[in-house]
Amino acid sequence: MNHWIIAPLLLPLVAGALLLVLEWSGIATKRALGLTSTAALVPVALGLMGIAAAGEPQVYYLGNWPAPFGIVLVVDRLSALMLVLTSVLACASLLYALGGDDTKGADFHALFQFQLLGINGAFLTGDMFNLFVFFEILLIASYCLIAHGGGAARTRAAMHFVVLNLVGSAVFLIALGVVYGTLGTLNMADLAMKVTEMDSDSIGLFKVAGLLLLVVFGLKAALLPLGFWLPAAYRSATASVACLFAIMTKVGVYAILRVHLLIFIDPSEDGLSLERWLLPLALATIILGTIGVVAASELRATVSYLVVVSVGTLLAAVGLSSQDGLAAALYYLVHSTLVTGSLFLLADLIGRQRGPMQARLDRSQSVYQPALLGTLFFVAAVAVSGLPPLSGFVAKLSILQAAQASTAVASIWGIMLISGLFIVVALSRAGTAIFWRTEDTQGEPRSVRGIEALSTGGLLAGTLLLMVFGAQALDYTQATAEQLRHRSGYVAAVLANESLRTRASTKE
Amino acid sequence: MEALFSIVIGVLVACGVFLILRARTFPVILGLTLLSYGVNVFLFASGRLLVDSAPLVLPEITVHPDPLPQALVLTAIVIGFGMTAYTIVLALKANGELGSDHVDGEAGG
Repeated sequence: MNHWIIAPLLLPLVAGALLLVLEWSGIATKRALGLTSTAALVPVALGLMGIAAAGEPQVYYLGNWPAPFGIVLVVDRLSALMLVLTSVLACASLLYALGGDDTKGADFHALFQFQLLGINGAFLTGDMFNLFVFFEILLIASYCLIAHGGGAARTRAAMHFVVLNLVGSAVFLIALGVVYGTLGTLNMADLAMKVTEMDSDSIGLFKVAGLLLLVVFGLKAALLPLGFWLPAAYRSATASVACLFAIMTKVGVYAILRVHLLIFIDPSEDGLSLERWLLPLALATIILGTIGVVAASELRATVSYLVVVSVGTLLAAVGLSSQDGLAAALYYLVHSTLVTGSLFLLADLIGRQRGPMQARLDRSQSVYQPALLGTLFFVAAVAVSGLPPLSGFVAKLSILQAAQASTAVASIWGIMLISGLFIVVALSRAGTAIFWRTEDTQGEPRSVRGIEALSTGGLLAGTLLLMVFGAQALDYTQATAEQLRHRSGYVAAVLANESLRTRASTKE
Repeated sequence: MEALFSIVIGVLVACGVFLILRARTFPVILGLTLLSYGVNVFLFASGRLLVDSAPLVLPEITVHPDPLPQALVLTAIVIGFGMTAYTIVLALKANGELGSDHVDGEAGG
């Protein structure tokens, strides 16, 4: 049993608790502690990725209680990938926050650590009820972070966000009750095993639970009929918070991948078909997001709708329910998280230098540093719209290739390509309005700080790396997709308790 | 008992949903509370309903209720309590900052 598996939970938990105790200390101490904990997550996550890449899922039995009775944490390729992505994004977001965002309200650093605890926990847990608990941890931190900085717009957005997610949590609990009532366990591996021998009376109930969970995760991921909260919440959030929240929709996607691919899809039976439920909704999400991108009159709103489009594209690829589709989706997930994260930071940098017009897409004073911000915006726009040569192109190309095997190939290709075209048009228009259609006067002479440029540029450099090492990244996601579709490997790894039992008996 | 139990859950959830759809923050919070009550009672039932049994392992009792849903409900109650407290504070803050207790910050529109 590798004890490093629990480190991504302990680090932010201890750091967050310390930060609460150190309330009286200066901002410098808090920053140092927060940054140390967040930066330490990167090597830990990379180490876990190395372990997971070796093959078998690694399981951590808390208190050495054997599964399915005790709580387990599981690291497989998917969890490790999400952990690495989270830690990288969190580092960039926290670095940016050190530029001043963290002093706009109380307890930013502690909340940030608890947010990371919730996100990492959701990625690591091998138990449905703990998935709920970690969802609640990340949600309550996000409720506070989304209102961080204060102001009418943030409070209004936070109110909607909180009420919607509380209803979502209630639905989650109902689904868990149904799952436990039908199968008598909440351990994911145990569920995956027991679902194959379920009596036919309860299959209907079990499917209801699966669809309820799809509703809950769809709400987190901002899938179409449930995604209208996202643009208002993300555009009004503080930039560094919005950057970190780029991973939040992906938590919903991860949960769909983990729970539905493991438990609710039984290849031999007529399990829940993701292709039937997810694909149409995902395509509709792309359409809605694209309309939003074109209609937005403010750069932060544009980026928020780009997040909606990315969720749609991602879930459409997942909805293909083929191995190639999954591999492409995971590559796109990493790419879109990094790019939308950097775009939120960039929109804030641009807005600050344009005087009273902020980031509104209209004639205004020119930005103070057009060369730096223009270059960053250009790179990010090329990446997010999926133009060659950046990682967005590789991601979209592999999704389109994977879609060729689907029956809905025409609608997927059509919607994704037309959406891409509209996004290019909208971003060109945004870039023109910000950098070229300017008044003679210059905006506020507030230079971009070194750490702010580093965090924004660092995320974009991440997408460049993703492009340069595209083959290796795609190999990894292909292996991840294969692991996701071979459920028996996961089940065997978690429920392999014999060694534990024998060790316990030899001790006695 | 099953009928009574399900009627109670149904009434709680129905009242909760009705109140959540109101336009003012206070009824919405009451609705969320009622909904979470309904959900907690429902979770409790997922371990099957038993009468005349003991929650402890006693030698003279052979049929024991499932302890796991009770643990789950306890966790859910604690989490729900914290969330309700936060929502109330947020609603008060919204009332102060937006000058209205409407969920959208302003009536009409």
